[in-house]
Amino acid sequence: MDKIIKIGMADLQAAKYPGTITTLGLGSCLGIALYDTAKKIIGLAHIMLPSSFQAKSGQNLAKFADTAIVKLVEEMTALGACKENITAKLAGGAQMFTFSASSDMIKIGLKNVAAAKEKLKELCIPLISEDTGGSYGRTIELYSDDGRLVIKTIGHGIKQI
Amino acid sequence: MPISIEDLNNVHIDVLREIGSIGAGNAVTALAKMLNRRIGMNVPRVEILGFKNVNEILGGAEIPVVGILLKVTGDFSGDMMFILELKAAHFLVNMLMKRPVDDLSDFSEMDISALKEIGNILAGSYQSALATLTSLNTLLSVPDMAIDMAGAILSVPAIEFGKNGDAVLYLETEFSEGSTSVVGDFFLIPDLGSYDILLKALGVIN
Repeated sequence: MDKIIKIGMADLQAAKYPGTITTLGLGSCLGIALYDTAKKIIGLAHIMLPSSFQAKSGQNLAKFADTAIVKLVEEMTALGACKENITAKLAGGAQMFTFSASSDMIKIGLKNVAAAKEKLKELCIPLISEDTGGSYGRTIELYSDDGRLVIKTIGHGIKQI
Repeated sequence: MPISIEDLNNVHIDVLREIGSIGAGNAVTALAKMLNRRIGMNVPRVEILGFKNVNEILGGAEIPVVGILLKVTGDFSGDMMFILELKAAHFLVNMLMKRPVDDLSDFSEMDISALKEIGNILAGSYQSALATLTSLNTLLSVPDMAIDMAGAILSVPAIEFGKNGDAVLYLETEFSEGSTSVVGDFFLIPDLGSYDILLKALGVIN
């Protein structure tokens, strides 16, 4: 039996094979899925904001793209993962409302994606695939047997990346 | 240093609940007039929830909901958001359109426009409650609407609250008509500088 771990907003978790990690209803938040292909260790973060510099309170590392990736890699290596083997997939970062005003709020999804990509590049973690943007929510499941990321939506089907 | 939600004490929360009660009361009157029916409501609950539990609002992150978002500008700036279960939205639209209340077919363009109008009425009700208690003058934008998973819709207010803390604050009100009740969640999301303005205008801080 697979063990399914559920994470919430501003949350992250790592797991060994045969674990599965899921997070429900990603909107403008971004799901960052990391996978150690050799050791079959997975890690998933549900981040809300691009960078820890932007916010007043920076204590919750899982809230920001930049700090969450670093923390997630740490948790995975603590379980025996090798940083060199880690690859990444991204899902989420949608724009839920189409407000014509050019407020910060509407671009947050895109900013989250850009910040995550930048941090991955800095840490030399290859980005394998992504399903980001759009205007709909996503539920994602990350499997440790082959690192597949299954994405479920309302009205936009199910896909696997 | 702006005030964050975690710093709010019971007095602040009582004041916010009062805005909620008056706002919801105005909304009930407006809805009752529009629908020509008797609408009841309970006393709104003020909820403060940490992010990890935000997805439990409205019964789960994956249930479909309708989110209506309006921008607030003026003396005080920020956003207002209403979230209704999809079922509840159908119920309201069906009453308005004089269809059987259990009709769950997809919304037509007309229905969506009607829902936005309901959003307008609700937002206006809370806006006037806020104005009555604070004498802050504000303007509301046209409403924007999205139908999707609760978690995805909730991420919008949660992210805004996230810039300033690790929790969201919202008012939950139950409206009822006959034996059917409808739960609506109302989020008032001040921009960073507006927390102080709001609490000062309410007289809870100096």
